[in-house]
Amino acid sequence: MSKVALGGAIDLHCHFGPESVIGTPHSVDALGAAADAADLGFAAVVLKSHDFPSNAVAYAVQQQVSGVRVLGSICCDYWVGGVNPTACKDAVLDAAKRQGISVSVATVAGDDIMDRLDAFLARGIELKNMDTAEPLAAVRAHVQSANVYFGAWPVVDALAKGAEIVITGRVTDTGLALAPMIHEFGWKAGDWNRLSAGTIAGHSIECGAQSTGGNCQVDWDTIPHMEDIGYPIIEAEPDGTFCLTKHAGTGGRITVASVKEQLLYEMGDPHAYITPDCVADFTTVHLDQAGPDRVRFSGIRGHAATDSYKVSISYSAGFKAIGMLVYAWPDAYKKARAADRILRQRLDRLGLRFDAVHTEFVGANACHGIASAEPSPEIEPQLAEVVLRIGVRSENRAAVERFTKELAPLALNGPPVVTGLGGGRPRVEEIVAYWPALIPKREVTPEVTVWPSGS
Amino acid sequence: MAKRKLIELAHARSGDKGDTANVGIIARKPEYYPILVREVTAERVKEHFAGVCLGKVQRYELPNLGALNFLLLESLDGGGTLSLKADPQGKTYSSALLRMEIDVDSL
Repeated sequence: MSKVALGGAIDLHCHFGPESVIGTPHSVDALGAAADAADLGFAAVVLKSHDFPSNAVAYAVQQQVSGVRVLGSICCDYWVGGVNPTACKDAVLDAAKRQGISVSVATVAGDDIMDRLDAFLARGIELKNMDTAEPLAAVRAHVQSANVYFGAWPVVDALAKGAEIVITGRVTDTGLALAPMIHEFGWKAGDWNRLSAGTIAGHSIECGAQSTGGNCQVDWDTIPHMEDIGYPIIEAEPDGTFCLTKHAGTGGRITVASVKEQLLYEMGDPHAYITPDCVADFTTVHLDQAGPDRVRFSGIRGHAATDSYKVSISYSAGFKAIGMLVYAWPDAYKKARAADRILRQRLDRLGLRFDAVHTEFVGANACHGIASAEPSPEIEPQLAEVVLRIGVRSENRAAVERFTKELAPLALNGPPVVTGLGGGRPRVEEIVAYWPALIPKREVTPEVTVWPSGS
Repeated sequence: MAKRKLIELAHARSGDKGDTANVGIIARKPEYYPILVREVTAERVKEHFAGVCLGKVQRYELPNLGALNFLLLESLDGGGTLSLKADPQGKTYSSALLRMEIDVDSL
């Protein structure tokens, strides 16, 4: 690579060795990476380690290498950041100190119950899958992480203790919006209507711009300036009413219709939206257009919180791979269906067994299945292209691996006028699946710690 | 009685919880809500998603929003990371439901 091509570039994500967490060795150490970047005329390089926040290494390397700025960072994984609030806190305090800023940071921990799982199971707390009722014992050996969803109250506690930045482990999205309202307005535990109002406020802003015109079906093609869409803001009142709005001059559109769509997003039983903080009733929400890009919420009621927390457990659930081949006019759909039959016969003949083989024809009916009906006999032969999208899932990695080698031959040995293999074979992915469960609240306690500046 | 496509009377949003998809439909005008309540039953939705929804369909009414919420159980090939579907989170099921044809007196 040349200086011309890379002059002034910033490498935002440079991993370096040695490293203990990742099995494969790295090609360079931190010093080598920075020297290479300087040689090639980079403006800066951001060092990332899976073992630790890299600020100190970046500082030391910068003393040795000139001509390029060397910056530290954190990785958002368990060991360094992400769901490791203490590591995030270290990185924040370190960055603040280096910039001469005084800040009080709180961490909320106690959500990680990975080390306690066996003790819970031994005591008869089965952590049954909320969807299938299967006890966790069935997949215990494959569990990778287990975190309780806390609600607003640990964050309220941190704010009461003077924290300016609160870094949490697993906390509900709605709790993050509700907590500052409880703190500011002095709402009490047991004030279920107001807690429900704050919770519904949280739900209405938890998905990017989905309440401010993003992904909105009503007059979507006239929603202005989606390239600069405004994110939602809640202006809350002590009585539990609030307005949803956005900054002036931003794109998007806030209407009762756009807000209704977001209220229904990922909704279960609307009478019982269960969070750690309350059970909110979405059938009590009253909406008014209170001005341009401004919707007012009122009338919200709710019920007492349950005595359980939800637990988010992840576990290894085998392997999958998904491949795609693009068939072009004429008879694209017919060719794609023929290719699917041929491929399945090949897999059969190879004696490969899968937990699931799933075929879709993108361009014909992949998204809506039977609801979209088959393309009509007049349209079908004229489709410009149809994508054969086929996936397999199995506990057996070798079987999935073998599947990925069957697609390229199909392009040469099967129906004509096909492309789409430029990216090479499909990737075999390990499936990390989700196991939602409940745990009695008395079994887990949030740990709130406030770390003064310079600590 | 005339046949109308639901998309003329309603807009919608869908999402997921595990292997369950939810589809919320919202009346475009308040007077359309009783038509939705009458015509878009859980049974009809189950039939509409034949081959996609392998479990039960549950319906909830939200008269305050002029909306119905449907839960489509066992509809996402296991859901989330397990799913082999192009739409593992049922994001496009919103407009799939709006393809339904219903009987309407007049609009």
